Amino acid sequence: MNWLRTSSFFSIAAVLAFTTVIWYGAAVYLNSDVLIDKYDRKKIEWNFSKLVEDSWAMKRPVMPAPHQIMLDMKKSIFGYKISSKRSLVYHGWVTISSTLVGFAMGAVLGILLAVGIVHVSTLNKSVLPWIIASQTIPILAIAPMVIVVLGAIGVTGLLPKAIISAYLCFFPIAIGMVKGLRSPDPMHLDLMKTYNASKSQTFYKLRWPTSTPFLFASFKVSIAISLVGAIVGELPAGARAGLGARLLTGSYYGQTVQIWSALFVASIIAGSFVYLMTVMENRVQKRMGVQA
Amino acid sequence: MKENTRVVEARKVDLVFQTSDGPVHALSEIDLEINKGDFISLIGPSGCGKTTLLRLIADLEKPTGGDIQVNEMTPEEARLQGAYGYVFQAPALYPWRTVEGNLKLPLEIMGIDKTEQARRSKEVLEMVDLSGFEKKFPWQLSGGMQQRVSIARALTFNPDLLLMDEPFGALDEIVRDQLNEHFHRLWEETQKTVVFVTHSIPEAAYLSTKIVVMSPRPGKIIDIIESTLPEKRTLDMRDTPEFLALSHRIREGLRAGHSYD
Repeated sequence: MNWLRTSSFFSIAAVLAFTTVIWYGAAVYLNSDVLIDKYDRKKIEWNFSKLVEDSWAMKRPVMPAPHQIMLDMKKSIFGYKISSKRSLVYHGWVTISSTLVGFAMGAVLGILLAVGIVHVSTLNKSVLPWIIASQTIPILAIAPMVIVVLGAIGVTGLLPKAIISAYLCFFPIAIGMVKGLRSPDPMHLDLMKTYNASKSQTFYKLRWPTSTPFLFASFKVSIAISLVGAIVGELPAGARAGLGARLLTGSYYGQTVQIWSALFVASIIAGSFVYLMTVMENRVQKRMGVQA
Repeated sequence: MKENTRVVEARKVDLVFQTSDGPVHALSEIDLEINKGDFISLIGPSGCGKTTLLRLIADLEKPTGGDIQVNEMTPEEARLQGAYGYVFQAPALYPWRTVEGNLKLPLEIMGIDKTEQARRSKEVLEMVDLSGFEKKFPWQLSGGMQQRVSIARALTFNPDLLLMDEPFGALDEIVRDQLNEHFHRLWEETQKTVVFVTHSIPEAAYLSTKIVVMSPRPGKIIDIIESTLPEKRTLDMRDTPEFLALSHRIREGLRAGHSYD
């Protein structure tokens, strides 16, 4: 039972229980207007306990109750073949694949930009402002254009979505790595100078290892952002597949339960990615002799 | 017994730093000669430019006036040839490398082959009495041990000149005494030329063949004292009249250079 005391199990469980209680209450409150309207129109006798019961079991609630979302998730994850258009596994995988490709592209781009900015002073002055400006453009505005322009030259499917995702996620990596690659102790840099080390030796033997904490911190932010990018990339272009498509069709047809279960799956995916990054970080840090 | 090969020669060296507060005169009219096998201490209060002078010899700073030569070359040429090993105030070990990995760092950069890297790191680790600690990470060692690794790292590529910037300054007195004794022995065995920055009078007196006393604002040399102590030294010697006389002279120099303003 010792792990119970040392792990964060209780604090997480407490927050979860608290949120659930609030949620059920909110579901009653938010759905009551619609229900009371319906009772009045159909002249149905009602009391509070009937209201509560009905508000947790509506087909198209304003706010679905947690168990409705869970049941819908269970049905759409385990209830269909994973190749079915109704399966959340299928839609989830479509989003995951463009997230991962987008993250990989964003990571490479971000790191290359940071290396350039740290080593070439003209890049520092010219590129950095553009990188920051790039993030002031709302992604919702630029995403359809990326899809349309790439579609016009015959690029469709996963790649345009991955590009939108990369557009969002390279930024924290570039900024984090500029900071990280500049973080070596001046004494460590002087040491390299006394050995007459070349720029690339200083990079591989000093700047890169020093920046690993920054790398993982920005990876954790970026992987979650690149999921958002992938979902946003699925919204235009008819939205045939992916969690973004589920959100869009859900809102077309007022399927709030479907929207919520797609949101839940998206946050479970994001949470798992961040967790995987933390596991990787711990492995790398252990190999780098960080005190446990 | 020592032939007078000139290792460092400074003539009227000046260094002015341009800061946002206006120019700071760090060093003024420094004349200094260091011969092969000398153990030179630079001693003085904070801000007297002793570290800056060491950094000039190491080509980590450039003088704004005068001339400085290391092994009859410019400091830059000497640095490019790996003429010196530099030991910093802090151990400055790379925390992600083991002791052995840290010792191999300069050798990797200089392109020395793997078997030779292993042989030399083993050899220098023996010199500082740390055999068996190869696989430890820096945080697993005490401060004194870390500084010994840092000295060993400066010895791996066998430079003739060691530049040391208050290497024992952050250690407690007991460890410091031990390291002084140990390092004195190491110096005798290896016959290196050492330039040693300190602000401890007993340390300077115990280790040096020549003590350079400096004063601040602007940093300048006010006295150069030839040690009168015998070659062979023990810690007990610090209670002898000669040692006390030497310490007294250093202290007088420091006091003369200190304007109480």
